[in-house]
Amino acid sequence: MTGTGKRWHTALAVVLTGLMLFPVYWMINVSLTREQDMRKTPPDLFPLHGTLAGYQEVLGEQLPYLGTSVVVGLGTTLLTVALSAPAGYALAKLRPRGGGVLSFLLLAAQMVPGIIMAMGFYAVYLRFGLLQSVPGLIVADSTLAVPFGVLVCTAFMSGIPGELLQAARIDGAGHLRTFRSVVLPMSRNALVTVSLFAFLWSWSDFVFAATLDNGGRYEPITLGIYHYIGNNNQQWNAIMATAVVASLPAALILVLAQRFVAAGVTAGAVKE
Amino acid sequence: MTMLLARDTAVGAATSAQRRRRVGNWSGWAFLAPVAIYLALFYAYPLYRNIDLSLRNYTVRSFVRGDAPFIGLTNYQAVLRDPTFGPALTHTIVFTAMSLVFQYSIGLALAVFFNRRFPLSVTLRALFLVPWLLPLIVSASTWSWLLNSESGVVNAGLHALGIAPVDWLTSPTWSLVSVIIANIWIGVPFNLVLLHSGLQAIPVSLYEAAALDGAGGWRRFRHITLPMLRPVTAITLLLGLIYTLKVFDIIWIMTRGGPSDSSTTFATWSYRLGFGNLLPSFGLGAAVGNLLVVTALAFGLIYLRTQRRLHSA
Repeated sequence: MTGTGKRWHTALAVVLTGLMLFPVYWMINVSLTREQDMRKTPPDLFPLHGTLAGYQEVLGEQLPYLGTSVVVGLGTTLLTVALSAPAGYALAKLRPRGGGVLSFLLLAAQMVPGIIMAMGFYAVYLRFGLLQSVPGLIVADSTLAVPFGVLVCTAFMSGIPGELLQAARIDGAGHLRTFRSVVLPMSRNALVTVSLFAFLWSWSDFVFAATLDNGGRYEPITLGIYHYIGNNNQQWNAIMATAVVASLPAALILVLAQRFVAAGVTAGAVKE
Repeated sequence: MTMLLARDTAVGAATSAQRRRRVGNWSGWAFLAPVAIYLALFYAYPLYRNIDLSLRNYTVRSFVRGDAPFIGLTNYQAVLRDPTFGPALTHTIVFTAMSLVFQYSIGLALAVFFNRRFPLSVTLRALFLVPWLLPLIVSASTWSWLLNSESGVVNAGLHALGIAPVDWLTSPTWSLVSVIIANIWIGVPFNLVLLHSGLQAIPVSLYEAAALDGAGGWRRFRHITLPMLRPVTAITLLLGLIYTLKVFDIIWIMTRGGPSDSSTTFATWSYRLGFGNLLPSFGLGAAVGNLLVVTALAFGLIYLRTQRRLHSA
């Protein structure tokens, strides 16, 4: 391509990206709009009379929800990694008989719609008194990420040279030792990818929150937004400000860990 | 991509590992045990409860006490005869088909576009991921406001073009279109990333040879890009299909399946039966849900078969 051709390409790409991200821009714009300008026709394209009133509202009312989401997200991440890493090691390197069946079941599990899982969980949690509880929500949210986690760990750990593991064995390390001191440190990238997505999916979850935690003492931010929409649908700057804050983890992940995101998306489609 | 590379090495390692398979049996299952127990407790058991729900006549009271009478397939018959069944089926098919067609074609166009190297291409392509990463409730409520009849910016834009305002979310004619638009927006990035990684795998030499033979851009696309991309296309579409069948959040938050069922799909119908009313009908909700599971799993099996065939090919 010539120099000018490239410049035109970049210009067109900027326009396309702008179009694609317009809803995101609009969310930010509305979050900064004053109450009295909200229903203006035509709406202001820029927050000329910008206000932080919406964000003050978030600080005043949504902090507990955000806190719950952080706790649930971290819990889900821990649980997911703790389950996926050993399973990945077993499926990639130890390959016990019946392991194939287990991977198949994990793949099938991924295809079950969340709303169906939610109904089953509801029935189970009702009996065991886990409704409206944080541990209950963590376990339910982890079902969104565990199959993916095992998949990514298996794919990644298959790439660890067998000689390295054998060397560890010859030095007298047992399976547990080998796993802890050789496999885990080498799989850092896979573990980061799994953790990022587990946190993000749990942070974004609405289905489980709405069915299992609605009306609970600790509700996540997705329910915070949902109640907002239901209760006072006049305060769109506050709703959109909450939405902006709820989008921060996604934005952070994209800025700080872009390569893991792309790897994660492709990994979703690459299965043995 | 890292994962693609990891898998290729895995195929090589697997053959030699097969011989040593028996050795790792005990320790292997020790490492697998947590996930196996987890699968049984938190997938199999809720799913079993769901089937059980669909075969019993549940009221709120018997739901709590757990003594609902067994009624066989009555719930399924009731669902099939329900006036909502026809519209829900149509909407699920239209929603899925339209979403897939547009997500794929826009994703492919963008993938081809971003396949060239130009300044900022990597950064801008990464920005395209944003809609896919946002929590669905964020996207759905943002689209609700964009499409608001009186104050939405979309109608303001139409007005500037001299087009009369559209009741996107509140008229039965447009509600399904609206949720499809929002869902396409969310799904394009996924298609873009997968198809882009597929394009990267096509050898440049093929294009060079075709260019020497005098093939223009369109012919190169038709005769090289599309055929070479077929495996990735199959995977992308099947995964998209499984994901789209599941979509619930966007529709529920934007329209709640309404007005008057005009955007109801199996997923939202199932939720409304089980949780959306003051008097929940868990049995019926579970029955609708199970129909959805069977459909998703059927396509899931096709997906796995396709992938296995591509791997052995």
